[in-house]
Amino acid sequence: MTKLNVNGKQYDIDLPADTPLLWVLRDEIGLTGTKFGCGMALCGACTVHIDGQPGRACVTPISALADKKVVTIEAIGEDNTGKAVQMAWIDLGVPQCGYCQAGQIMSATALLKLKPKPTDADIDSAMAGNICRCGTYGRIRAAIKHAAGEEGAMP
Amino acid sequence: MNAPSPESPLVIANVSRRTFLQGASALGGLVLAIGYSDALRAEDPPKYGADAMPHGWIDSPLVFVAIGEDGIVSIVCHRSEMGQGVRTGMPMIVADELEADWTRVRVVQAPGDEARYGNQDTDGSRSTRHFFLPMRRCGAAARQMLEAAAAARWQVPVGEVQAKNHEVVHTATGRRLGYGVLAKAAASMPLPAPDAIRLKDPSQFRYIGTGKLKLVDAQDMAVGKAQYGIDTRLPGMLYAVVARPQVSGGKVVSYDSAAALKVPGVVHVVQIDATPGPPQFNPLGGVAVIARNTWAAIQGRSALKIVWDDGPNASYDSVAYKATLEAAARKPARVVRDDGDFTAAAAAATKRITAEYYLPHLAHASMEPPAACARIEQGKCEVWGGFQSPQSARDLVAKRLEMPVEDVTVHVTLLGGGFGRKSKSDFGVEAAVLSKAMDGKPVKVVWTRDDDLHNDYFHTVSVEHLEAGVDARGLPVAWLHRSVAPTIDSTFDADAKQQANYELGMGVINVPFAIPNIRIENPEAIAHTRIGWFRSVSNIPHAFAVQSFVAELAAAAGRDPKDFLLEVIGPARVVTPQMLSDSFNDGESPELYPVDTGRLRGVVELAAKEAGWGRSRPEASGLGIAAHYSFVSYVAAVVEVVVDAKGAMTIPRVDIAIDCGATINPDRVRAQMEGACVMGVSAAMSGAITFKAGRAQQDNFHQYEVTRMPAAPREIRVHIVPGDYSKPLGGVGEPGVPPILPALCNAIFAATGKRIRQLPIGDQLKS
Repeated sequence: MTKLNVNGKQYDIDLPADTPLLWVLRDEIGLTGTKFGCGMALCGACTVHIDGQPGRACVTPISALADKKVVTIEAIGEDNTGKAVQMAWIDLGVPQCGYCQAGQIMSATALLKLKPKPTDADIDSAMAGNICRCGTYGRIRAAIKHAAGEEGAMP
Repeated sequence: MNAPSPESPLVIANVSRRTFLQGASALGGLVLAIGYSDALRAEDPPKYGADAMPHGWIDSPLVFVAIGEDGIVSIVCHRSEMGQGVRTGMPMIVADELEADWTRVRVVQAPGDEARYGNQDTDGSRSTRHFFLPMRRCGAAARQMLEAAAAARWQVPVGEVQAKNHEVVHTATGRRLGYGVLAKAAASMPLPAPDAIRLKDPSQFRYIGTGKLKLVDAQDMAVGKAQYGIDTRLPGMLYAVVARPQVSGGKVVSYDSAAALKVPGVVHVVQIDATPGPPQFNPLGGVAVIARNTWAAIQGRSALKIVWDDGPNASYDSVAYKATLEAAARKPARVVRDDGDFTAAAAAATKRITAEYYLPHLAHASMEPPAACARIEQGKCEVWGGFQSPQSARDLVAKRLEMPVEDVTVHVTLLGGGFGRKSKSDFGVEAAVLSKAMDGKPVKVVWTRDDDLHNDYFHTVSVEHLEAGVDARGLPVAWLHRSVAPTIDSTFDADAKQQANYELGMGVINVPFAIPNIRIENPEAIAHTRIGWFRSVSNIPHAFAVQSFVAELAAAAGRDPKDFLLEVIGPARVVTPQMLSDSFNDGESPELYPVDTGRLRGVVELAAKEAGWGRSRPEASGLGIAAHYSFVSYVAAVVEVVVDAKGAMTIPRVDIAIDCGATINPDRVRAQMEGACVMGVSAAMSGAITFKAGRAQQDNFHQYEVTRMPAAPREIRVHIVPGDYSKPLGGVGEPGVPPILPALCNAIFAATGKRIRQLPIGDQLKS
């Protein structure tokens, strides 16, 4: 039995301790907002916050999370920064298929919590791990700036 | 109009009759091909556009619109959402004509049922172009039924009332009735006759053309609630991954499941039989591991011991195959277009210039890999998944399970990217087969990324051989293009070796250039893997070769590439598909959709102007231009690159101009162009699936690199040519991609003098 704290709720997970968080979230707890894209921490679709830091759920075994707090896309809107990022995504029409956007939003929120006024280089470096096959990068960049309160962020 | 839910059988009965009447009177022929013998059909005049698609189109409000007594208007979207914004765009058209208040509109996704909804095959950049008018008629008919109901209630002539913003108003007295109040009465009103439907004047559009509505799914996507196929969860559901043959045509000889069954959570291991014959959209077969969660299934699969028979494609090798294609491209072959006399004109030309271009296989790599869930209860099968072609999924499942089609329901979820991959519903059939193997329990099959990259329906690989004879000014007077690539037809016919008309008609045969002597040839190529549609399809290699070659000719002539391109296109004129020997024409009527070189020139000039073509440039920077006509739309792009001394490239800006006729949701047109730029850059810079010993060598995104934010164009500026709603519409989802690859490589040439003829660019710029 592995203890897990997700979005403020406590879970006892009866699965092998090396099971990646991703599949526990999706298959056991039923939080499907965190997406599977690669299984090797290459695409960022599964990005969650682990004690406030962005992490890839697909390579994080639940055994590593005993005393940690996990926040997923379903709860990031309870945070002011997360909410602002989500609103910016909607306002600027960022999503196309939308599948990667939960991970993008989690990475962007983590960036803005660390650097409220990120430079383009900050954005590049924070978002380079998140692939969007639809190619919404321009709007993602604009939405991050929009959420940061910058004017004229729309491409 | 208090219409029953879209699934009500009562409505279906109504609709069949309606469809018949509408088809018979409006088009002079039955829209649905059902019931027509082949002999009869052969005598029909040729059909084009939506009329030519399986199950054609439906425009009945009884199918697409339901109004509750609370005033909520439900509008059915029958096409699949994969990022193009169709679940916003299509209902928006209905809502506009219906005078519905968008805040009181709900979108209902149709299951796969083409007899009921019309064609649902969401590909070919066709949804808006084929359903703009039917959806307008649908909304207008519903509006007129509401007006008729209000007029009857007030006992006034219908001409005195007008629907406006979710209510009907009697102008003379100022009386008003909301849509919710009128719904029941409106539902019993007769449908307006086709010739009595009054469409709005475009100046009265509330939503169409404004680009102001938010995406209907954006909120759910931003908070993690959006449901994709892979997110399906049903009570008692099991999870499956499948070990598939790594070589196309391979088969399981034997397998040992003992170790797999010992993995905690694994409940069953079962073989899926391969399907004899060409791949079609059938499962590849293999060994499935069924477990209590996805991770256990993945672990179980790793523990399987399988002996494979690799079959006839076990020696497929991309290096050797490239040489085979090159050899074929250097010999005369089947002539598919022959204007004038290429041989004589080339012999008499001032100079001859030859170039050859190579493009490797690409994988779609949608961020959501293929995934589907199926359940069988009381002899009926339900399937959930992100299908581009849900009717095809339904037909395939019914055939495989030997069930009547009526007993199969395909629920269409959001697609986490499609790009053509999810037109093939093999993954849905896998889910159904596995549910059956588990006595009907719900089973969700998930493809891992390596499954997706190893077993895709790959974009073809090609060699494009071009030769030109140029005159004293350097302009081509003779043009030879040999295009050799395994055909998508090979997926359906093992003997198919030549490009089909729908591939040749994607920018090789139908070049609308002002060149008197043109010969197009298509050598044979044998496919050794599953070939399928990839966003923009054969336009990608063809446009890359043609638009690179025109730039090479410009360089040889010492001319400005943009001016030279315009000269090769020639003066503004209308060119029929017949003049180009093109029997495809994107399935559209030659009369409605000839090639208009004036529009092609227009996008070249617009993109160039907006990009500041000709402005002075810093060292190591360059602009490249390319234009391409595809999916009956015209697109030109100017790409700006900077290449540093070490060969590192950045793309500060792309200006892309599109003329697709009138736009319905201009913001999504922009979004599609932005995405197309990134996908084009991705294909050019790093896109390649290579084979060795029959196996795709790329396992995941570290080996199949797709463009990430830092390498993507920093700024993409989209320029839309204004259109006219009375003229035919062009496609949007695909035509943005093809010009990007040549425009990028032409920019690299401008910046560095290095000509890229082999994709991907990879390390070719590194010094």
